Amino acid sequence: MHPAPSIVVFTVLSGLGLGMMAWLGLGLGPDGGAYRWLASALALGLTGLGGIASTGHLGRRENAWRAFSQWRSSWLSREACLMLAAMAVFGLHAALWCLGGLRLWPLGLAAAGLALATIHATAMIYAQLRAVPRWSATPTPALFVVSALTGGLLGAAAAAGLTGASAPAGWTALALLLDGAVWVWWQTAAAGATRGAKGSSMETATGLGFMGRVRLLEAPHTGANYLLDEMAFRVARNRAFELRRLGAVLGYLVPLALALLAPVLGGWLLAPALVAHLAGMLALRWLFFAEAEHVQALYYGRR
Amino acid sequence: MTGLPNSTERKMGLVIDLDTCVGCHACAVACKEWNTGGYGAPLADTDAYGAEPSGTWLNRIHTFEVAPQAGPAQVVHFPKSCLHCEDAPCVTVCPTGASYKRVEDGIVLVNEDTCMGCGLCAWACPYGARELDALAGVMKKCTLCIDRIYNENIPQIDRIPACVRACPTGARHFGDIGDPASAVSRLVAERGGMDLMPEQGTKPVNKYLPPRGRDGWRDGGDAGEVNLAALADPEPGGFLGWLDRALERLG
Repeated sequence: MHPAPSIVVFTVLSGLGLGMMAWLGLGLGPDGGAYRWLASALALGLTGLGGIASTGHLGRRENAWRAFSQWRSSWLSREACLMLAAMAVFGLHAALWCLGGLRLWPLGLAAAGLALATIHATAMIYAQLRAVPRWSATPTPALFVVSALTGGLLGAAAAAGLTGASAPAGWTALALLLDGAVWVWWQTAAAGATRGAKGSSMETATGLGFMGRVRLLEAPHTGANYLLDEMAFRVARNRAFELRRLGAVLGYLVPLALALLAPVLGGWLLAPALVAHLAGMLALRWLFFAEAEHVQALYYGRR
Repeated sequence: MTGLPNSTERKMGLVIDLDTCVGCHACAVACKEWNTGGYGAPLADTDAYGAEPSGTWLNRIHTFEVAPQAGPAQVVHFPKSCLHCEDAPCVTVCPTGASYKRVEDGIVLVNEDTCMGCGLCAWACPYGARELDALAGVMKKCTLCIDRIYNENIPQIDRIPACVRACPTGARHFGDIGDPASAVSRLVAERGGMDLMPEQGTKPVNKYLPPRGRDGWRDGGDAGEVNLAALADPEPGGFLGWLDRALERLG
């Protein structure tokens, strides 16, 4: 699938911001000090930035507001509604917390619930697509939720480290390990989730399997088209391998090492850990899209 | 709302005969011609006369070669457009309500005034039947020519989709597939009309009629193994054979 930069940036940044909202809403970190300002601003800023980025690939941006209307049937609409609600409730919670010094736990809990639901809705946009087995035949919701919560914990810990509060470095390291394990789990499932993973083949696509083996003799057109650009995106095997290694090192190993060193050398180390994790997640999320295969490409002879 | 109707009053759709189609692309050209000037935004082409032409089409003709276990391969021309699925995944994923399936005839349409061009419906369709127009920024798809089939300003004979009207071999049939007594339903029953990618659970309305069996080679006939030596050195029988042998003796 075509890895639109707007969607890659959106799912990573907003995922992290929403993950932070979940932890802050649940009461992570000290109630006072500069921490509340930095952490709340990071959570809202990253989520909002991602939200703005998400409109980047739209053909008709002036109609984007209509995406709040179909929450009864569409996961994308649910995501939009939930994200707006999460930002509003968390914004109120953060305003009371930062300006009034009042950290209302019922409001925080509601924000955390909405943030988690938003992350799940984002994952379901992809997990619902039966035509893309790499997303629907794999534990995609678990990958998105655990990634966002890990990034959120790292974000909150970095905010704590930078503002001199005690940072939950040990828990962050544990979360990174868990997140890495979930990613390996997803990757293992994805390795077998090719176009044919749900029983589709050139034979079922054409209905001609009863006659023999089907091969594309002549494509409908000699040039490119939307279908090939969007749903038959190909990434070189070597490039994918290098990028995955970069994602694993930057996304997991570097932040893990920094999180383990933080108690000794200082909480500020969690800030570069957050930056590395973000870079790694961008690489891995790019691959999430770029490596996904769509069954419609079977009509173009891509087995 | 982009929920799907529980049932539709009719199931208008196409029945495409893969035995009769000759792969001339007339249906695709007629579709492009009609739909670029009719309903909604035109079907844009980019770099149409340049090095890398690309464009929006609602109907595309693939050509496949099917190789049986034994015997020669067979060429099958395969027109593909929206199948107007009963359980259309493209409709339910739409966040703006622009995609919908009509209760009265089952046709799946896009309201271009409310489409935001996110492209998720094209991702949800297993058939590649939806294309985002590069210039208009809205999703385009087959409308079954709703601006022809109910159009009282054109002669009765033209009130069928442009592709069906244009097909020179009669490989495309239009009608109510939900009515068991309709001509298209009888055709589907007689010829064993099939669904594309039934495993995707979309319940397509459009049906494809499989190519008929060929004489002699479906069940292990000899057309697959031609004796080339015999062709190079013919041994005619009957009168010609007697003549041949007589001339040889004379020579």
